[in-house]
Amino acid sequence: MGIKTLIWLLPLPPLLAFFIIVLFTNRKKALSHTISVGAAFLSWLGSMVVFFFAVQKGAHQLGEHPFASSINWLPLADKWLKIGVMVDPLTAVGLFFVAWTVFMIFIYSIGYQNYGQPKGDHDQKGLPPHGATVIDEQGHKHKVPSIEPMYSRFFAFIGLFAFGMYTLIISDNMLTLFVGWEIMGLCSYLLIGFWYAKPSARAAMIKAFITTRVGDVFMLLGIGALYAFTKTLNFREIFFNEELLHKMATTPSGFFGLSVAGLIGILLFIGTVGKSAQFPLHVWLPDAMEGPTPVSAMIHAATMVSAGVYMVIRMFPLLSAGAQHGELTSPMMAMAFIGAFTALFAASIALAQNDIKRVLAFSTISQLGYMIAALGIGAYVAAIFHLLTHAFFKALLFLGSGSVIHGMEHGIYHVDEDIDPQNMFNMGGLRKKMPITFWTFLAGGLALSGFPIITAGFWSKDEILADAFSNGHWMVFGTLAFAALLTAFYTMRQITLTFLGKPKTRAAGHAQETHWTMTLPLVVLAIFAIGFGWVGIPEQFPLIGGLIPNWLHDFVITTLPHHLGEVGFNWAPLLTSLVVALGGLFLGWYVYKDVPAGAEDPLKKPMGFVYKVLQNKYYFDELYDIIFIKPAIWFSETVSYLWMDRKIIDGILHFIARIAFQLGTIFRDWFDVPVVNGFGDFVGESTKKIGKSLRVVQTGRVQQYMLIALVITVATLFYYLFSVFTP
Amino acid sequence: MNYLLHPLILVTFFPLLGSLALLFIKPEKKNTIRWVALITSLLTFIFSLLMLAQFNANNPNIQMEIDNPWINVAGWNINFHIGVDGLSILLILLTTLLTPISILSTWTAIDKRVKDFMIFFLLLETGMIGVFIALDLFLFYVFWEFTLVPMYLLIGIWGGPRRIYAAIKFFLYTMAGSILMLLAILWLGIRQGTFSVPELIASGANIPVYIQIWLFLAFAAAFAIKVPMWPLHSWLPDAHVQAPTAGSVILAGVMLKMGTYGFLRFNIPMFPNAAIKLAPWMALFAVIGILYGAAVSYAQKDVKKLVAYSSVSHLGFVMLGLFALNPQGIQGGILQMVNHGLSTGALFLLVGMIYERRHTRDMDAFGGLWKAMPVYGALTLIVTLSSMGLPGLNGFVGEFTILLGSFGSKAIGSPWFAGFAAIGVILAAVYLLFMFQKLFLGPLDKEENKILKDLNAREIITMVPLLILIFWIGLYPKPFFALMAPAVDKLVAALQTAATIAMH
Repeated sequence: MGIKTLIWLLPLPPLLAFFIIVLFTNRKKALSHTISVGAAFLSWLGSMVVFFFAVQKGAHQLGEHPFASSINWLPLADKWLKIGVMVDPLTAVGLFFVAWTVFMIFIYSIGYQNYGQPKGDHDQKGLPPHGATVIDEQGHKHKVPSIEPMYSRFFAFIGLFAFGMYTLIISDNMLTLFVGWEIMGLCSYLLIGFWYAKPSARAAMIKAFITTRVGDVFMLLGIGALYAFTKTLNFREIFFNEELLHKMATTPSGFFGLSVAGLIGILLFIGTVGKSAQFPLHVWLPDAMEGPTPVSAMIHAATMVSAGVYMVIRMFPLLSAGAQHGELTSPMMAMAFIGAFTALFAASIALAQNDIKRVLAFSTISQLGYMIAALGIGAYVAAIFHLLTHAFFKALLFLGSGSVIHGMEHGIYHVDEDIDPQNMFNMGGLRKKMPITFWTFLAGGLALSGFPIITAGFWSKDEILADAFSNGHWMVFGTLAFAALLTAFYTMRQITLTFLGKPKTRAAGHAQETHWTMTLPLVVLAIFAIGFGWVGIPEQFPLIGGLIPNWLHDFVITTLPHHLGEVGFNWAPLLTSLVVALGGLFLGWYVYKDVPAGAEDPLKKPMGFVYKVLQNKYYFDELYDIIFIKPAIWFSETVSYLWMDRKIIDGILHFIARIAFQLGTIFRDWFDVPVVNGFGDFVGESTKKIGKSLRVVQTGRVQQYMLIALVITVATLFYYLFSVFTP
Repeated sequence: MNYLLHPLILVTFFPLLGSLALLFIKPEKKNTIRWVALITSLLTFIFSLLMLAQFNANNPNIQMEIDNPWINVAGWNINFHIGVDGLSILLILLTTLLTPISILSTWTAIDKRVKDFMIFFLLLETGMIGVFIALDLFLFYVFWEFTLVPMYLLIGIWGGPRRIYAAIKFFLYTMAGSILMLLAILWLGIRQGTFSVPELIASGANIPVYIQIWLFLAFAAAFAIKVPMWPLHSWLPDAHVQAPTAGSVILAGVMLKMGTYGFLRFNIPMFPNAAIKLAPWMALFAVIGILYGAAVSYAQKDVKKLVAYSSVSHLGFVMLGLFALNPQGIQGGILQMVNHGLSTGALFLLVGMIYERRHTRDMDAFGGLWKAMPVYGALTLIVTLSSMGLPGLNGFVGEFTILLGSFGSKAIGSPWFAGFAAIGVILAAVYLLFMFQKLFLGPLDKEENKILKDLNAREIITMVPLLILIFWIGLYPKPFFALMAPAVDKLVAALQTAATIAMH
């Protein structure tokens, strides 16, 4: 089998798994998860083979001649719109992180959905499992977790999701990328609303889909504009055509003074704003935590939100077309601004969240803002680097939080306490009860905070800061540095509240380490969260720089038609990142180390009003409700339907009917009765009745009206013909 | 040539033959009547496939043409002139496909006057196919008006509580538009001395532009009501909601396409300069229709009415594509006609299934149905997604090509139209997902809903062909585009010639 065939086949196993489970095996739980995980394994294996071949081919070879293959799909005018697959260096590293995270999440799902546990006492489809009562050998009753009632369906959906992500990554063109993009949108809708009988899940799923769709439509317009101008949607045909890029960068688009490239770039970027939950379309992501935790990890860490960033990275040659001498293009400025703002904005909200998953959700929004900002200032490699490390450590953190929730639920069943298993103020002391979860979560948390040298997050975050600093983007540098401080702070707050200190509730005291299917993926991801940074250590870094070559930079940079150099080393950003990471971690530990059971957040009082604003996410949900949703509903229900459709349009129609009726009466009274008396009664009566019937009054003699209508038509015609055409 | 075995004659008049046969069956033998009607329509579908087999996709011209003198009095040359080309073949196939599906859907739903129902239904099929194959304006008009009568009776006799109002509104409204078209047809016939569409197309560009515009508007009056374009749409929700399920399927699936097809077959090629001049206006009304239809859909409590109003929005996309007047736009427009027939037809079938069980269509009466009827839920989800243009399903391919076409259209002249049309894509997701949510998600808390039975085999069979096509077009649209591409290219080339001649 050739490498190109293999690339085509990569997305297929999960798709097949989806169909097999939906159509045939949905009643058999073990078979369903075997098929699904097996499919994820095949795709993983294939991806590793492709990655290996890609690396073996060498960066420059691969950059110039990627593995590519395409077929005709849609005939448009005289040219075919082709779809195809391509593996260039960017795709290769993309495949690497997608394959690993997706495969790990699939394995984890088996444990998370309680495989092997008994059926629940009162569980029903569409609701999370509520636990089952078992009787042990001594005759004691115990409550234990119960298996998910729609177990097979879950594995089918995540299979379809994986298909979408693989399709997106290996696409060589905007069209199939968009197809994968939307399939993931659909799956995220289905998976967020997996427990569809819960009203909150029902609201979250629709919010997620529609908010991202707002971005998608702009992106679709961007694709339309791109095609209209270039007559192709293939990446390389556009990026490696210097003349074309130059023309796009210099032709004015007629919109807001943007060039064609600028307009397309901004339209596409709005797609990313929706998908990667950037301000102001960030509102869907926190609510999306309604889905099961593996879903949160897939959607909010490893794949879907990363896809938004991946797309702009992919389109970078277009977004940066026309940038000269360090000047930023309009799309880049938009990215730098939105990204940096979102990084800080979301990090500040994360400070005041108590739900373990919501903290991570806002942290994700914030970290995606980092990548967007990095790309905005032209730090191409740094953006890719952070995308990769973040995918690993954030997937780890989400899965870890799922493991924590599971452990907590176990404790809750054990002591029969009615508390929220996701609230961090109910936890504490879990490091002893759940050691594997603790150590791996710590690895992920430190990576997220950018703990120096040993974690992957440090290297990627530092590279972004160094890039911003050395190119003189002070605002971006300052904002991101401050956001990094907050990040380290809320991460340590989370770790301290969850794992350190003493248990704050009885349930936390009886928490239990989870099944190996859940802890194994944690360990694997933790290895990446620590070790993956070594592939991108800058050459000029003091002491250890150059010991290992900066492989990542040399590899991915060949994706671009013009290779960017590495930024020079400078102590200022390095010291900044050391200070903010360590300082934030210390403060987070110091403030939260002794929070007693039942106490509220120690920052709540001193921060007062600000805390409330943060806790309520700056009231964006409420604001959007007032300025968008309520008026839209009013416009739809009252203005368009009641006023326009019912009153005006139908009103005019009924008015015409009434005139016909009046005319009928006039004919009858003034013409029929006196003049034709008797002979013409028929016509007058009938006209009158047509009028009546159109006034919504219903009589029944339809055939007569038809006859009249025909008579009138024919009469009018003859009149017309004779008056106009007789010479 | 033996005309009786000519594929077009067979496809068009075989349903008529079937309805004649039905006359001789006793009305009490309901099942026999149903089977005869179903088999007739299935055979018609097979004949249409034979027609497809004879069709040469690379030939942009009219094929399987028949052109015989028909009425020749007082110097009028009315011919029995029929034929098929890339513009019409997909619509003929759509008609012959949707008819047996609709008949199958009435198996238990229609129990009163089954014989009359089936006779009218088959007559309607002949009329609709006639509209798509007629190449003589007079013949076209005969078929065009002919379709009104059976549909009027289907709504008026088998419809819902307000059927009389709806039927009369439908009939008079469409009739009013047709009269203007008839005048224009007569003007053309007398002035140009022929009713033959190809001949009129050949001489169309010679008519002075201001007269072309009047003629265009007269034809447009008939077609725009049928499509329906905003603000001439208000007959549609009433007719759709009151019509029996099979009637709604045909009405939405085929009869609305008669309007868009009319624009494509007559308005654009016969009055090319007027079409180019008026394209921005047509696009404007199309875009208003897209947004307005979507907004009003959201306001509906009755699920059938929601689907009905969504047609206003979807047909707006078709019109926008057609009046982009470039190959992408027109091809997308034609494909979107087919897509709308499949998706909305399927939606009406699905609505009919739940109505038959619960005798209500009020969305508040449902909730959590996914649990009670998982197959029904899954099928509805797929169709809903297809209707809102999710990639991988048919709707996306149509909308995407239309957006590409209208974005770069010189005739429309501004990408803003495409921009606003794209908002319709968001709105479609809004009202369709809320519909899905209200019906299927949430707790299953109403006793009546808990005992609902999932779909039976017959109901699944009615959906399967539609689902296959929904996926097929979505994943591999090439064969469908291949059928229409040469004819569309020819049309666009003719438009360009007309435009250049007019410039000099």
